[in-house]
Amino acid sequence: MQPRVILNSTQLQLTINRLCYQLIENHNDFSNTVLIGLQPRGKYLLNAVTAQLAKINKKLPVINGNLDITFYRDDFRRGDVLKANTTEIDFEVEGKKVVLIDDVLYTGRTIRAGLEAINHFGRPESVELLVLIDRRFSRHLPIQPDYTGKTVDSVTKEKVKVEWKGLDKKNQVLLYTPNE
Amino acid sequence: MAELSTDHLLGIKYITPKDIELIFSIADNFKEVINRPIKKVPTLRDVTIANIFFENSTRTKLSFELAEKRLSADVINFSAGASSVTKGETLVDTVNNILAMKTDMVVMRHPNAGAAAFLSKHVDAKIVNAGDGAHEHPTQALLDAFSIREKLGDVKGKKVLIVGDILHSRVALSNIFCLQKLGAEVRLCGPATLMPKYIESLGVKIEPDFRKALEWCDVTNMLRIQMERQETKYFPSLREYTMQYGLTKKILDSLDKEIVVMHPGPINRGVEITSDVADSEHSIILNQVENGVAIRMAVLYLLAEKIKR
Repeated sequence: MQPRVILNSTQLQLTINRLCYQLIENHNDFSNTVLIGLQPRGKYLLNAVTAQLAKINKKLPVINGNLDITFYRDDFRRGDVLKANTTEIDFEVEGKKVVLIDDVLYTGRTIRAGLEAINHFGRPESVELLVLIDRRFSRHLPIQPDYTGKTVDSVTKEKVKVEWKGLDKKNQVLLYTPNE
Repeated sequence: MAELSTDHLLGIKYITPKDIELIFSIADNFKEVINRPIKKVPTLRDVTIANIFFENSTRTKLSFELAEKRLSADVINFSAGASSVTKGETLVDTVNNILAMKTDMVVMRHPNAGAAAFLSKHVDAKIVNAGDGAHEHPTQALLDAFSIREKLGDVKGKKVLIVGDILHSRVALSNIFCLQKLGAEVRLCGPATLMPKYIESLGVKIEPDFRKALEWCDVTNMLRIQMERQETKYFPSLREYTMQYGLTKKILDSLDKEIVVMHPGPINRGVEITSDVADSEHSIILNQVENGVAIRMAVLYLLAEKIKR
């Protein structure tokens, strides 16, 4: 079965634009805020968000980095061998307002690992969560996003994939339903 | 993603070039971790590791212990000097007693070659060889090659010289295997009495002339003379050894190129290497020590992944 398009390129761009304005509402000039993308796929959303923020206001000094949570995962020795990615955080996290950014929020386990990992860089003033897609009713942990691009109702065997131009064919969000 | 092809790290001889690349890529991640404000990850929190040392060690033991603690593993240390081994207990009994206390991995150094391989066949735990006699010292070779990769960008095609007591050195043997698997060329230099017979069958060349050897190489690894393993005299005097094979600033400066100087430690200053060379910008000796922790974290991480739950 063909995947269903949840957000096409235009809708995706509009969604990211809205998320940026919501960020600006809460963080003003971003002087005490850092944006952190969760590896591996959160990085691409982070790039899209920072690019859009720069379009809205060139003067915004958006400090950002990427965090790899492999070594903090709770499924080590419980399945696939885990491949680590790079962590690029060359700024202070202590006392900052951190916004964690990931493309799809599903079980919440990645975010839990991210919360633990970020504490190893210092004690943030606060941590918020921005996701492009929130898969409702699928959480294993009590974790909810502060900024949501789109809420999707899906069952476990379905898969949501956020595709980025350059990495994939084009910018879009797809819902895969396996054949019965 | 790929995993290690073996269940134990007994020697470089038993692992593949792919395994080495995998260890390096994970070590890159851990190198970033150990440079963070909090240098610790919770990954191995349900793993217990026993460090069993039947032979003296400072660097390797500390490095392993630090690597284990930075992975949040539980660590127990055991030194043969203060143990029941002196009361006549066998190796397998000693280790099985330690395993009965529910340990998952054993890091062992032993004066006899093959001790780690022997243990891996008789006990139910992941074994990491931290040096067995004059046989192998795999993590040292891995960190040496990792340091070369870090300094020169790649190991492939590099010319590496190993100087000194090859006969008694497990570092030399592991280094030869590791460097060759990564595509480097290896030559050896030292007194003929300290060259193992048939070492050339491993595909390495012996260059007896120290100066010529230095002119050939990109990297030189200066080994220590292992006095504690020498029962007979292999050369007339230490002074004569130093005259012929000691690396000095003068020799380095007279070469028409820059070479990287390595040493696995412990250094005998003024014997195989002078202080001004050991402390110079050519030397990556302390980088080797730092990389040692990252490499050992990677090895422990990848082996821990194979522990049955």
